[in-house]
Amino acid sequence: MKGFTVMKGRTLSRHFRESFKSLGRNGWMTFASISAVAVTLLLVGSFIVMMMNLNKMADNIENDVEIKVVADAAASNAAVKELQEKVEKIDGVASVEFASREDELDKVIKSYGKELSLYKQSNPLGDALYVKAVDPHNTAAIAKKIDTYEYTDEVVYGAGKVEKLFNVVKISRNVGLILILALLFTAMFLISNTIRLTIIARGREIEIMKLVGATNNFVRIPFILEGIWLGIFGSILPMAGVAIAYQQIHAYWQPKLVNEMFQLLDPVPFIIQVDGLLLFMGVFIGVWGSLMSVRKFLKV
Amino acid sequence: MIKMKNVYKKYPNGVVAANGINIDIKRGEFVYVVGPSGAGKSTFIKMMYREETPTSGQIFIDGTDLGTLKNKEIPYLRRQIGVVFQDFKLLPRLNVYENVAFALEVIEETPTEIRKKVTDVLALVGLSQKARMFPNELSGGEQQRVSIARSIVNEPKMVIADEPTGNLDPDTSLGIMNIFEKINNRGTTIIMATHNKDIVNSIRHRVLLVEGGMITRDEYEGVYSYEG
Repeated sequence: MKGFTVMKGRTLSRHFRESFKSLGRNGWMTFASISAVAVTLLLVGSFIVMMMNLNKMADNIENDVEIKVVADAAASNAAVKELQEKVEKIDGVASVEFASREDELDKVIKSYGKELSLYKQSNPLGDALYVKAVDPHNTAAIAKKIDTYEYTDEVVYGAGKVEKLFNVVKISRNVGLILILALLFTAMFLISNTIRLTIIARGREIEIMKLVGATNNFVRIPFILEGIWLGIFGSILPMAGVAIAYQQIHAYWQPKLVNEMFQLLDPVPFIIQVDGLLLFMGVFIGVWGSLMSVRKFLKV
Repeated sequence: MIKMKNVYKKYPNGVVAANGINIDIKRGEFVYVVGPSGAGKSTFIKMMYREETPTSGQIFIDGTDLGTLKNKEIPYLRRQIGVVFQDFKLLPRLNVYENVAFALEVIEETPTEIRKKVTDVLALVGLSQKARMFPNELSGGEQQRVSIARSIVNEPKMVIADEPTGNLDPDTSLGIMNIFEKINNRGTTIIMATHNKDIVNSIRHRVLLVEGGMITRDEYEGVYSYEG
């Protein structure tokens, strides 16, 4: 990169001037490129916001998966205590919560009605342990292991259903990722095409520059800068749009979701991250489009 | 200054534009390149500033073998060679002054130097009064002079001109020849491809006749005629 190291400040400021002049001179094309960037990034941005929230929902659901271990009704308190300690020692177990047989009965009574309170005289239920895995995907394996221990009567975790849920979550994540990638690819194609048109219009100028002894970097840098401006101008609107829309949605929905399993992501770190990503993508697409288009003309 | 050894050039479409060219042009010479259309004059010229590369053979400019030149080094070769194009190659959205200054901006001259050199060269080609005009407001001869001004503004060691008097009336052509004579007198090597019989015959210089991709005649103080 010899050209960069020997470049004089004067030349750099000339490149900056040139890149801005060129934006103005190609007014209509500039508008087309910026619109193309804006529309695609708006789509990509909305998608990311949706995907990240769905992802959070999936995480919530996944984290809600737990194993209920019912101890033998005949097991002594000490035996149940021992069982709990053993379960706690299993690799990948996040938490074990103890619920006495009395608590369990209270829950049943609460759900099914006062008639069942006569069971209080002779409680048929055993003590229960509620086990959560660090990684919910290990739930089945952990449940299987617990089942081999002594004093367990029943080990329940929604077998089958949980696996299906995990599968659905995995597929929807992948589909979302593919959609975002496809959108980005389309954006790059659209934008580099638009930029290519503005550069073709200036092919003669590039040719003359090369023939009077301009280095490749000298020709390229104004175009790279132009790509950066296109990216920045093109991402302002989607950044603002996504931020404002998400804040509105969050302000409206979040209070209604307070007691639900599904929570929206907090706007503050999240929307800034999304906006940062959009800006980065806009600039990247702009620069990439410029470089691809100018390459052809440098071979003089 | 310019040396070619067994230069052979075949285009992808099968046309052989150079078929074993050997030539030696010294510093400060003024050389006409004449010959029928399609004989290989343009290829001969374009290979000197590496717009075209030979299929085989060697070309030396000022001792540098163009075959060993890296892509990165081409711009620095071209800075030593001023080229006057047959179609002028002026930038329509820049005025006369800016078109000439462009060649200096590209090689990163200082603004003070640019101002001085452009003013001087416009005076030399007689366009000081038209510095603020745009190419489409100029006559063909004036555009040609802008093109010449641009080619010589950074004081190259040699100037290559492809049909610089093509489509110009005799008086304008003479004016342009005067400019070339002036630069040549300052020590600049001039290579000029032309079809202009009157000029070649009246302002005598070395004449290279190119026919069928070969140099078939090489005469000092030569004349144009290649028919017989």
